[in-house]
Amino acid sequence: MISLHLEKKFRNGVTPFTLDVRYDIGDEHKCAVLFGPSGSGKSLTMQCLAGLIRPDAGHIRVGGCTLYDSAQNVSVSVQKRRIGYMFQDYALFPHLNLLQNVAYPRTGCWPWRMCGDERHKAQAMLERLGIGHLAAHLPSQISGGQRQRAALARALNADPLLLLLDEPFSALDPLLRERLREELLELISDLTIPAVIISHDPDDVDTFAGGLVLYDKGGARTVADYAGLRSGFATAGKCLRYLQEQGGQAEA
Amino acid sequence: MDFDVAFIWSPLELSLRVAGAATAISFIVATLAAWRLARKRGPMPALLDALCSLPLVMPPTVLGYYLILLVGRRGVLGPGLAELGINLIFSWQGAVVAATVVVFPLIYKSARAALEQVDKHLEDAARTLGASEWRVFISVSLPLAWKGIFAGIMLAFARGMGEFGATLMIAGNIPGKTQTLALAIYDAFQAGNDLQASWLVAVTSAVCVGLLMAAELLVKLKRRR
Repeated sequence: MISLHLEKKFRNGVTPFTLDVRYDIGDEHKCAVLFGPSGSGKSLTMQCLAGLIRPDAGHIRVGGCTLYDSAQNVSVSVQKRRIGYMFQDYALFPHLNLLQNVAYPRTGCWPWRMCGDERHKAQAMLERLGIGHLAAHLPSQISGGQRQRAALARALNADPLLLLLDEPFSALDPLLRERLREELLELISDLTIPAVIISHDPDDVDTFAGGLVLYDKGGARTVADYAGLRSGFATAGKCLRYLQEQGGQAEA
Repeated sequence: MDFDVAFIWSPLELSLRVAGAATAISFIVATLAAWRLARKRGPMPALLDALCSLPLVMPPTVLGYYLILLVGRRGVLGPGLAELGINLIFSWQGAVVAATVVVFPLIYKSARAALEQVDKHLEDAARTLGASEWRVFISVSLPLAWKGIFAGIMLAFARGMGEFGATLMIAGNIPGKTQTLALAIYDAFQAGNDLQASWLVAVTSAVCVGLLMAAELLVKLKRRR
């Protein structure tokens, strides 16, 4: 589903950071998890995928489409990539109600004005995610879980080819996290769109990992058969720690 | 005592007209400039930022002098403007140009600060949803930065009402034509006409206090909604 090779140097931080990752995630996986400590380059990878950051070199191919290739001088603009990006804090527009938020990918310069068709599509998307009754609410007036669904509805209303979910549960309390994880899994299995999820929660890996990519200090490697490995460990955390230590030894 | 309100109304009306026009022009240009320069780094944006902020620290007479070099009859743009039938020297339009330059940095500075305060994730989210840079600006950045920009607008209008130096250099001090409140006060005071001067001062003060109170009220009303 994705073929990635990214090289990018960041010099403006306190310590310079180099992102250098190359991996493929096969079509057999509907969902892939990028796992690793914070600051290891997961979010930067997503921003490169979405086209918000331009890598120095490499290529990005999603489902057979080349979105970026430094060798061929190809770089599709962020607006034309059709990649749905759900931010960690959901990034709902605080000045627009949920209906206007969800309709945003289809409305014009003035998001307060929408035609019947735009309104209808947005309302249908809200209904589909079970928050149709909240259409007139502002993002500040609804709960964290509802916000997540609204953000997802908005991303899906743009007809994306790929969904990127940046730590979708980090803004939620643990009990809600459990429930929403199940819901999101159900939703993704219903969709025909592949998804990439960033997480540093081992339970997320258990739930979503078809493909698994481990990140560490700007580098990354794929884990071929997570499900097979996982059965040998009591918890997801232990399995992932083992995998990380293994990666450290391979480096040494 | 014989009392003619014309001596108040004429400069007051002119001041409101000049400050209003200057604020409107500055709002559009300065907000667009702030949008293009917000979050930009490097020597070129830094230079442009300095140029946009320069009127804040330069004496208005210096600005007036520059403007005469630019749009005066023998200025760089003067002959071209004259051909179009535009004469800015000793006209109220000239006063607008002077006030526009003087109030420009007030709006530019607050607009830039307000635009940089907008959560970058929101703008990025709009981009991934297919919005062009212009649409991101109109539908996300501007509405969210509006309060800060509005504060700049009110400040600019109040400052434009009191513009003196640059206006005097370009538009002169012609009663009924280019004599704004600030100029009329100076004139009356110089002529020893203390009663007239104090009336003009009272009116100017009342207008400025009223403006600032109205601005506060508007912001509060918006917040309540």
